[in-house]
Amino acid sequence: MKTDNRELLTGNEVILRAAIAAGADFFAGYPITPTTEILSGWAKLAAKDKKLEFIQMEDETASGMAVIGALLAGKKAWTTTAGIGHVLMQDPLSLAESLRLPFVMYVGQRGGPSTGTVIYSQQELTLARYGGNGEGLRIVYAPSNAEELYELTQKAFDTAWKYRFPVIILGDGYLSKTLSPVDVSKTIPVIESQPYFLNGQIKNMRNCYSIEEELAEHLNFLFREFAEASREIVLSESYKTTDAELVVFAWGSVGFAAKVAVAKLRKQGLKVGLFRPITMRPFDSAAAIKAASKAKHILVAESSAGHFGRIVRETLAGTSDAAFIRLYKPAEAITVEDIMEKVAEVLHD
Amino acid sequence: MIEPRIPRVVNPETKPSNFCPGCGYGIILKTLGQVIDEMEIAPRTVFGIDIGCNLLAWDYYNLDTIQTHHGRVTSTITGYKRAQRQSVTIGLAGDGGLYAIGLQSLLHTAHRDEAVTVIGVNNSIYAMTGGQSAPTTIYHEITDTTPGGEFTNKRPFLGPELVADVVEKGAFVARASVNNIPNMKMLMKRAIETQLAGHFALLEIVSHCPTNWRTDAKQTIEFTDKLAETYKLGVICE
Repeated sequence: MKTDNRELLTGNEVILRAAIAAGADFFAGYPITPTTEILSGWAKLAAKDKKLEFIQMEDETASGMAVIGALLAGKKAWTTTAGIGHVLMQDPLSLAESLRLPFVMYVGQRGGPSTGTVIYSQQELTLARYGGNGEGLRIVYAPSNAEELYELTQKAFDTAWKYRFPVIILGDGYLSKTLSPVDVSKTIPVIESQPYFLNGQIKNMRNCYSIEEELAEHLNFLFREFAEASREIVLSESYKTTDAELVVFAWGSVGFAAKVAVAKLRKQGLKVGLFRPITMRPFDSAAAIKAASKAKHILVAESSAGHFGRIVRETLAGTSDAAFIRLYKPAEAITVEDIMEKVAEVLHD
Repeated sequence: MIEPRIPRVVNPETKPSNFCPGCGYGIILKTLGQVIDEMEIAPRTVFGIDIGCNLLAWDYYNLDTIQTHHGRVTSTITGYKRAQRQSVTIGLAGDGGLYAIGLQSLLHTAHRDEAVTVIGVNNSIYAMTGGQSAPTTIYHEITDTTPGGEFTNKRPFLGPELVADVVEKGAFVARASVNNIPNMKMLMKRAIETQLAGHFALLEIVSHCPTNWRTDAKQTIEFTDKLAETYKLGVICE
């Protein structure tokens, strides 16, 4: 008899389990809905296990800087935040990009701008990809359900330590708060963390350059490394796109709804497919172009007014004559039915 | 039937209350409303709020009200006051907003002696997000992020005492408790009079949070009194 390893967990609990499985041992953070339970959950773990370090800091910027300090000291440090806290976290993240540190952060997107709503949106995509005052030298994973949340959170730590770029797991409050049955028993090999300092060699780390050419040289080095790493990191899912007349482009939670919608529409005999990026940065442009190559219609479904749609248009520019249709619901959920209705409307026109 | 005396400045449309049963904010806001009525300053008063439970007061008064970001109310009302010097600007924030994320703004606003009134509510926790520890969490206090009292600091965070160290002559810094409403009201009035005289004022109020403290009515009053043993009530600087 096959045993069921699944446990009923919230997304925030899944993230904690994945971080522990990935060898995380240091957490610095600040409360913000919808990710507070990760902070308090870690506090409860750290109260029992003295190998786990916990600091509740005075704000998000300080939290991110403490993570950087711990990374330099050799800890597998990470943090979580959301919404307006994600804005403040761009300051340490920018430093981590410059120093190329394995900074791992889960973000539970909430409605914006400003305090907005506390649970859901897909409005932090641009911030996650390009929020710093630089060139977006970070990896962004976008889980679409609880199982992927577990898998990609572990992978985030692995990627960060393997390639030494900051990594964001870009979820949302629905993913964070929803209870689902999920198997959290699988683990991947953990890369051991080494200190940047205290290893007998003096390292003088800087983030400030005096002349343009000097910074350009540093950037060009980072671009080469990022491009090389990207080839191994990039992930996407193309579902029933081979003969699809209409391809839905969706990511994260909406990507999951879109997959269910596509499966149902196929049963009705409609030639519909889905392209779903799993890494939002780097972006799987080749797969996206291939998925859209036969389509007469591209339907972008997202809970923002075009953060993702702009990436799709830019990627497909010059490669596709398909009509571009928007299903944009900024900071509102998009259901399976919403997508099915829109597809039916387009194909029956 | 006796009608409760609701201050004129309170927006009747704000009912039913947004706050939890037993929350100290109802007492604080109603009392502040009485002070605004009595001082007849409503037409020129601008009310600023922060992040935390205080943000629920965004439509509590018939006053121009600005809801700001976490820790930023002090700077926002400072900007308004500098641009509209005849205005009365009152900022309301929690202990996290003032003493954690907003501490540098609070200290520098006090140090510059900006003519604003800041009211800080100390309930020893972050209430809005479900009761995590705050700078004001006392030693061994159990909160959502201090399980079994772990990770608490021996020394309490004395915000007003810290601020009192950087203010100019004429500034006013004090601490009140929702357990003593007449005293709180008198200190609120003085905090606003200080602004009218051109100086900075901070009034901290030790307040109730039965929801996150998980206390009944009697225990709530008792815990507030216990907090006041650490956070000494009265005028700290005038």
